Amino acid sequence: MDRTIAIDVNRLCKTYDGHKAVDDLSFQVYAGEIFGLLGPNGAGKSTTLRTLITLLHPTSGTASVLGHDTVREADLVRTLFGYVPQERAIDRFLTGREHLELLGALYHLTKEEATKRIAELLKLVELEEHADRPAKTYSGGMKRKLDIACGLLPNPKILFLDEPTLGLDVQSRLRIWDYIRMLKARGMTVVMTTNYLDEADQLCDRLAIIDCGKVKTIGSPAELKVALGGDIVSLTIKETARLGSLAAAITGQPAIRTVNTTATGLDIRVESAEKALPAILEAANKLGCRLDFIDYHRPRLDDVFIAHTGRSLKDAAPAEETV
Amino acid sequence: MAHYWQEIGALTMRWVRRLSREKFSMLFTLVQPMLFWLIFFGNLFQRAADVQVTQAPNYISFLAAGVVVMTVLNNGLAGGVDLLFDKENGFLERLMSAPIHRSSVILSRFIFVMTITSLQVLVILGIAFLFGVHPATGLLGVAMILVIGMLFGVGLTAISMAMAFSVKSHGDFFSVLGFLSLPMIFLSSALVPLTAMPTWMSVLAQFNPMTWAIDAVRPLILTNWSDALPHVGMAVVVMLIFDALCLYGGAKAFRRAMG
Repeated sequence: MDRTIAIDVNRLCKTYDGHKAVDDLSFQVYAGEIFGLLGPNGAGKSTTLRTLITLLHPTSGTASVLGHDTVREADLVRTLFGYVPQERAIDRFLTGREHLELLGALYHLTKEEATKRIAELLKLVELEEHADRPAKTYSGGMKRKLDIACGLLPNPKILFLDEPTLGLDVQSRLRIWDYIRMLKARGMTVVMTTNYLDEADQLCDRLAIIDCGKVKTIGSPAELKVALGGDIVSLTIKETARLGSLAAAITGQPAIRTVNTTATGLDIRVESAEKALPAILEAANKLGCRLDFIDYHRPRLDDVFIAHTGRSLKDAAPAEETV
Repeated sequence: MAHYWQEIGALTMRWVRRLSREKFSMLFTLVQPMLFWLIFFGNLFQRAADVQVTQAPNYISFLAAGVVVMTVLNNGLAGGVDLLFDKENGFLERLMSAPIHRSSVILSRFIFVMTITSLQVLVILGIAFLFGVHPATGLLGVAMILVIGMLFGVGLTAISMAMAFSVKSHGDFFSVLGFLSLPMIFLSSALVPLTAMPTWMSVLAQFNPMTWAIDAVRPLILTNWSDALPHVGMAVVVMLIFDALCLYGGAKAFRRAMG
């Protein structure tokens, strides 16, 4: 895989009225990947994104896009990326085509270039039939498609998406995911913020979990889950009196990390279920414990989030979103 | 430079398109000052207003200058509203993340507001004409009225945009707007001359740039150039100072909001 660095955020800090929205944040995005910034509202995702699109000046630290500083070379940086803001960044009185024409002029395309590009984009996002209706008649999914077409108009190397599927129905959501995967297949670098775990899990090559303005952890969804320490095996047995001796027999076996006794069984963190299960079953057999129920699951991104932030994303207090 | 014009052209076109699709609101903003102030207010106070005090042949002809400048006031103060909505729904971010000159969006707004205001002023003078108010200084006088209107309008639009960039919510914006607009009108020479005001009000009205604009427009409509010129000169000076202050504040607010 290409390891060229497309985006470099280095020790970024942004303070509003004494409140640190972003606090010593560093990460890098490789060219051609889908990179996610995952975190609850107010975690600093938007602030980071707005710095990257040159609309915020960092209090300290730097951010660069394809090697160009977002403050010193802001004008140049603005020509390099496309931006898809959160939904509603649409002028309800303009038609879809007029949105694209406006942006065509702002990116200094000639009339011919713009006409050609707009036709391609409308086709890509399947809005050709609706292109000449005012955007106020669009559904949420259609607005989102128009948003994405607008982001793609400059034919950018990098696309920034802010909460691309916020508030969309399931179908539209899957459609948007398809587009994003297709863009990656075309070699585009995609950076997106999200507060949906499944979105980050399914879509992102790598992601940074952000909370309280800091990067808590960074890596591919698979890496992050593995790093958490393998799988969790839960079992319940009939002979609850023998739980103590069963726990003792299992503890210390290869591939077993920790053993927790519950009321009717055990919760065992294992390095890998494949290696640990035979040992567990053998021990149970030897002690004559009949298994009532056994289940194991791989750590989910939710477990990763909890491990690194100490809370579930669902519970994370929707702190005030700063600008 | 070609890029600059391309941006400003496209952005101005957007404002025009929006307006053309809000026909109702266009109709009301256009009709309101004429109907409400000029026709109703003007005729209502025709006999109540003392010709000795207004120094005009009739109240409508006295009021015309006031209504012209009121229109400039209302359009100017509302000039930032669309940018406020753009800011709130993220459209402004979309525009500003494009490789455009930082001033393009704002300039397009100035151009649009000034053009619409000028057209509206012409319509008002046209209606006044139908009521027998014939500008004494002729077409050149009308042109001068437009210049004064624009000079005043630039500052007002700058205030409005500064507010749009600074307020936390559009509720705040409209409260301030509502609070500013009527006192500005009552504490000016729009409805009665300063000489007819209680002293404290006339003192306050002298600090209102609107008074200066009206006092220049009124003789252009009612009397003649030699009467008007000193007022026009003063108005231009006052407006330039007013504009400089407002533009400075506006630029500061814009820079704070846009990094």
